[in-house]
Amino acid sequence: METVVEAAGIGKKFGNLSALKDISFQIGTGEVFGFIGPDGAGKTTLFRIITSLMIPDEGKIKVLGHDPVTEFEEIRKHIGYMPGRFSLYQDLSVEENLRFYATVFGTTLEENYHLIRDIYSHIEPFKKRMAGKLSGGMKQKLALSCALIHQPRLLVLDEPTTGVDAVSRSEFWDMLKNLRQYNITIVVSTPYMDEAMRCDRVALIQDGQLLQIGSPGTIRDGFSRKLYSVTAPEKYKLLLALKSFAGTESVFPFGDSVHLTLKEGVTVQAISDYLEKSGVVGVTMRETNAGIEDRFLELMNRK
Amino acid sequence: MKRFMGFVNKEFLHIFRDFRTLIILFGIPAVQILLFGFVVSTDLKNAQIAVLDLSHDEVTRKLSGKIISSGFFDKAENLLNYDDVDRVLKSKKTKAVVIFEEDFGKRLIHNGKASVSIVSDGSEPNMATMTTNYLTAIISDFNRELSAGSAGSALLVQPEVRMFYNPSLKGQYMFVPGVITLIMILICALMTSITITREKEFGTMEVLLVSPLRPLQIILGKVIPYFILSFVDVILILLLSWLVFGLPVKGSILLLLVESMLYIFMSLSLGVLISTVAKNMQQAIFISLVGMMLPTILLSGFIFPIENMPDIYQWVSAIFPPRYFIVVIKNIMVKGTGFLFVWKETLILLLFTLAFIGFSIRNFKVRLQ
Repeated sequence: METVVEAAGIGKKFGNLSALKDISFQIGTGEVFGFIGPDGAGKTTLFRIITSLMIPDEGKIKVLGHDPVTEFEEIRKHIGYMPGRFSLYQDLSVEENLRFYATVFGTTLEENYHLIRDIYSHIEPFKKRMAGKLSGGMKQKLALSCALIHQPRLLVLDEPTTGVDAVSRSEFWDMLKNLRQYNITIVVSTPYMDEAMRCDRVALIQDGQLLQIGSPGTIRDGFSRKLYSVTAPEKYKLLLALKSFAGTESVFPFGDSVHLTLKEGVTVQAISDYLEKSGVVGVTMRETNAGIEDRFLELMNRK
Repeated sequence: MKRFMGFVNKEFLHIFRDFRTLIILFGIPAVQILLFGFVVSTDLKNAQIAVLDLSHDEVTRKLSGKIISSGFFDKAENLLNYDDVDRVLKSKKTKAVVIFEEDFGKRLIHNGKASVSIVSDGSEPNMATMTTNYLTAIISDFNRELSAGSAGSALLVQPEVRMFYNPSLKGQYMFVPGVITLIMILICALMTSITITREKEFGTMEVLLVSPLRPLQIILGKVIPYFILSFVDVILILLLSWLVFGLPVKGSILLLLVESMLYIFMSLSLGVLISTVAKNMQQAIFISLVGMMLPTILLSGFIFPIENMPDIYQWVSAIFPPRYFIVVIKNIMVKGTGFLFVWKETLILLLFTLAFIGFSIRNFKVRLQ
C-alpha cells in the first residue's frame, strides 16, 4: 500500500501553547483514517498542516509525496478540503457554489458528476436555493460535493458531522464508504466516538498528542479490564455514589447507563453492598464489552 | 484562464446579489452628485444686502443700482446711520452692508478717489468671502466704466478681482472633481478590502487557498469587477454633472478617462493592501474610512485649499494620493489643460500604484496565520 500522508515528529506551537507534540503517523492509499479526540485536541491544526495551510515548527511531513512547506502548489492540485466551519458562499446558490469550485479546480460539474451523484442527488432538488438557506445536513452534503468535484486523491474533512443530525451523520458515513471505489484516501476528524467504528484506522488524539493508532477493533481490544454497565432509575445519584466508592477505578456516564471499572480485588458484591448502603435503588449491573470511548478514557486517565 | 474567469464571474454574482453593495456602487455616487449640486451650492443668488448711503448723490445711486441689478444681490433696506449696521447683520438675513462715505460723489470727482466699505457677516466665512468678492468685482467693474468715460484719467484705482477659469464662480466646477475623487477611493478601497476580508471571515479563503488558484489570480479576480464598475461610475458621474448641471469637460475626455482608470487602479490596489493587513471586515472598514475617506475630504484640497493649510498639514497631505488626482482632474475638467500640465501628478499616482501592488503581493499570505 502506497503512503499518502507520512508525518514524523510533527510539532506546532502558538506562542507558548503547544498545539501539537511529536505527532507521527502514516496513511495509506484508499484508507479512511479518522482522528478522534475532543475539541481543542489539535485536530484542526493538524489538518491545516496536512493541507499546507500551516507550517509545522518541528518534524517532517509528506503529503502525496510532496513537502507541504516547499511544494504546496503541487499538493493543492490534488486535495479536497472541507474545513470545520461551513465555508461555502452563502449568497450563491447550491449549483453556483458547485460550479465555482469545479471551475477553480479546472473541471466541470458534468465531467465529474458520477463522483458526487450519490451525495449531490440529495440536494439537487434545491439547486437553485442559496447555500446560506440550507439545513445543516444539506450544507454538509454540498460542502462534501464541492470538495470532491475535482476527484482529489486526498480528501481532508475537518469535523464534517459536527452540528448535523444523527440520520444525516449516518448517511454521510455511508457516502464516504462509497468513495472507496474511486481510491480516494480520506482523512477525517470527529469528536464523536461512535463514528470511529466507521473508519479503517483511527488515531486517538488528546492535548496535541497521539494516544494510540490502530483499527477500531484493535483499539477497543486494548481495553484489558473488566467493564461493567450499571443502571439505576436515578442515574445521577448512582454516578455520585460510584464516584465516592473507594474501590472504583473509573466511572463515567455512557448513554443510559454508567460504565465502571473496579480496582484489583474489589468484588461485585462489595459494590452492590455499598450502593445499597448509599440508598441507590433498582440497580442492575452486568459485564459489557468495551467501546472505543472506554479505551479512550482509559488512555486519557493513564496520562 | 478559465479558472480565473470563473472567479471573476463569482465576484460579479456577489456584487449583484448584494443590495447594499449595489447601493454603495451606484446609489451613493448619484446621490452625492445631486446633493452637492443642489444643496451645497456655493453660487450667490439674491443674497440680501443693505446699503448705508451717507452721500446720497448721483454716483452712489448709480453704483448701488449696479450692485442690485447684477442679480446676485437683493437690497433689503436703506440704512440711516451706523447703528443700524449692527442691527441688520445680527438679524442674519442680511449678508453684507455696503457703506458709501459722506460726499462720495464730490470726493470722487475732486480727489479722484472715494471709499466704499463692505461689512459682511463673518460668522459665515464662506458666505462672507463670497459676498465681498462679488461686491469688489462689481465695484471694480464700475471703476472701469468710470475710467473709460473720463478718457484715461483713472478714477478710483482698485485691483482687478476676477475669477479665473470659473468666471461666474459656479460651485459645481469645484465639487464634481472632488466627488469623483472621494467616491472612487470609497468604492475601490473600501469595497475591495471588504470583499477580500469577507472571504477570510467566512472561512472561504481557507478553501480558496487550498486550491490551485494563485494569489495573483485571487487578487485580480477580486479587483477586476470593481474596476469595471468603478469606471462605469466615473462615466455616470460625468454624465450626471453634464446633463443636470450642464458641466462640460473642458479638456480631453479621453485623457480624463485614462487618468481616472489609473486612479481607480491605484485605489483598488490600496484596497487590496488594506485587506492584507486587516484581519476582519470591521478592521477593513475602519482603515478605509478613517484612514482614507477623512483625509480625502479634509486634506486633499477637495474642500479646503492645500495652500491655506499650515505647513505640517501640507506635508501630511502629500502622502495621500487623492490630493494629486484632484489636481489632475481639476486641470482637465475645469481648465482644459493637456497631459503636459499633469504629468508629474500622473507619475506620482503611478508610483503609488506600483508601491501598493508590491506591498500587497509581499503581504498576501498563501497560508493561514
